[in-house]
Amino acid sequence: MEEIIIQLKKEIIEALNLEEMSPDDIDADAPLFIEGLGLDSIDALELNVLLEKKYGIKINTAEEGKKVLHSVRSMAEHILNHQKKN
Amino acid sequence: MKDVYIASDNIISPLGFTTAENMSNISKNLTGIKNIQDSALSSEPFFASLINNQILAKTFASIDDPTKYTKFEQLALLSITDALSTTDIDVTSKKTLFVLSTTKGNIDLLEKNKKELFPQKRIFIWNTAKLIQSFFNNPNQPVIVSNACISGVIGLITAERLLQTTEYENIIITGVDIISEFVVSGFLSFKSLSIGPCKPFDKSRDGLSLGEGCGTIILTTKKPTSDKNNIKIGAGAVSNDANHISGPSRTGEGLWLAIQNTLKRNNNPSTIDYISAHGTATPYNDEMEAKAISWAGLESTPVNSLKGFFGHTLGAAGIIESIVGTYSLRNNLLFETKGFNETGVSKNINIITNTHQKEINNCLKLASGFGGCNAAVLFIKQ
Amino acid sequence: MQCGSSVYQTMNKKYIIEKYCIIRDNTVSLDDKEIYHDEKEKSFSDFSKGLYKYSKIDYPKFYKMDNLSKLGFITSELLLKDHEWSANRDETGLILCNSSASLDTDINHQKTISNKIDYFPSPAIFVYTLPNIMIGEICIRHKITGESAFYITEHFDSSFIFQYVNYLFEKNIVNECIAGWVEKYKEKYESVLFLIKKKEKNCKDCKGNIIFDIENIEKIYNKKF
Repeated sequence: MEEIIIQLKKEIIEALNLEEMSPDDIDADAPLFIEGLGLDSIDALELNVLLEKKYGIKINTAEEGKKVLHSVRSMAEHILNHQKKN
Repeated sequence: MKDVYIASDNIISPLGFTTAENMSNISKNLTGIKNIQDSALSSEPFFASLINNQILAKTFASIDDPTKYTKFEQLALLSITDALSTTDIDVTSKKTLFVLSTTKGNIDLLEKNKKELFPQKRIFIWNTAKLIQSFFNNPNQPVIVSNACISGVIGLITAERLLQTTEYENIIITGVDIISEFVVSGFLSFKSLSIGPCKPFDKSRDGLSLGEGCGTIILTTKKPTSDKNNIKIGAGAVSNDANHISGPSRTGEGLWLAIQNTLKRNNNPSTIDYISAHGTATPYNDEMEAKAISWAGLESTPVNSLKGFFGHTLGAAGIIESIVGTYSLRNNLLFETKGFNETGVSKNINIITNTHQKEINNCLKLASGFGGCNAAVLFIKQ
Repeated sequence: MQCGSSVYQTMNKKYIIEKYCIIRDNTVSLDDKEIYHDEKEKSFSDFSKGLYKYSKIDYPKFYKMDNLSKLGFITSELLLKDHEWSANRDETGLILCNSSASLDTDINHQKTISNKIDYFPSPAIFVYTLPNIMIGEICIRHKITGESAFYITEHFDSSFIFQYVNYLFEKNIVNECIAGWVEKYKEKYESVLFLIKKKEKNCKDCKGNIIFDIENIEKIYNKKF
């Protein structure tokens, strides 16, 4: 799990152009939106693309998106679950 | 202040090649929006209003060889030709100017299989403007607006301002955009396309339907020969939300500001009889617009969105929808908001739900777009 | 624009170019002073990062912008660095022009859809495939809600910029205006932005004022550093 989290942090930094941040700056349990990193709607869409491109995961509804993209940890958990199924 | 009149206009869309054809078809409640399954545009089906390339080329052949021009260029040239055919303005005069409004121009020429068809410099919008200028033998460098979905309204506002302050007497404003894979893929990545035909202001609205089209309006300072039923364009205004580059403001303040300034610059008319909204049918745009309209004190003014007939025609929207607005003024006819069933906005605005006759004397056209931009302009019946 | 010469053109010298900023050839100048330069061989991407850090602008969103918006944004940052803003910025205008619209970024978006197998259009790239987004970025940064517009001209057109901005002042649509040219296409880029204001009636250093007119716009655009 921790490996996925570290990898995911790097990928998020790259996908969202968080140039001045390093993985250590991101708290895996902090909310990604509103507080925490304060990401916006375009960032949310980009994270959807990241999940699809790198992990083959498609988010189908806004509700699902809210749950999965809540934090780095929730994203990592979703990825792990998806990998277990396949 | 000079009076600026609408001398003529043209709409090209799947609903027809002239304004009259388009008006006849929307009067019959027809729409150009269809389920599109075209792998050249998208691997998944989507709803849009698209112009048939073969029919366009065939129609264009009456003015020139279609193989020499892109779809985008054919639309513009055909539309301008038709608009000119019902006026006596001299398009070769130095007192006549072209204004071109578009979001993406010949962007489909970036595609691998189209790169060989035309020289790459045709992708530059100034090149299309030059092509139009030389096709009609006009001596003046055209003005080109590329400002997202408000390009059409900015084109009209810019033209009106130029007619007030320069020696130009006639300005031909053309708003045009084609729907390419470039555009479809982008809107799909934004998850902003509707599942079925779009539903402006509706409770179950879920996104926009793209549309292809071209609108041309010819403005003139020359007084019309008849005293009756002339439509003038008044002043307009542009503003910015200063909030987010793709999401509209949640308060509607930016659009409200554009409305306020438009009304102020037109001597605060005692009533506004009809509002042609931007009404893209995305959850956020329509809510924002309802808020702005309400805040401006225009909740009881009949308002519609025409996106259910034409789709969202991007750079052409402001022109096409203004033409319908001026048709409504001339004929005292308000068109329904096609796709609307039950209100889904938090303000009690007066959405037009069925096409009907009503005497109206002015029309406020609204537009909003990516980049947080907003615009409004007033049309007045003499 | 021969026939389009404004009726206001020769009438007044009421507006001044208070400041201007030019960025080209990896060199930055503010008014008539060069304030920063980098090696000519550096890519725009590296040059702009270096300039951003040098300018001590604390705005992480900068890194999300496309190259065109980065160029426009940073030029406006330097232009507006010590600007005395009025509380209400609904009379601040922003009129920008270029030749290639957003083609530089359009090419990047097209790349993401050119391979049907590796087909991943990016919303963060697509949002910048309109040249007026750069206007949006500057407006967000400074809370500018006034008149703005993006125009395309094949080359820098001083008479169009003068005419349109002059109109906005004459009609009291703006009381200050940022206007100019921001162009980025492949390896070529340049930006020239002007801050235009009304001439003060009792200004302390009136002799230094650069009158906002076509000749001065042209002169500044053609300045070599």
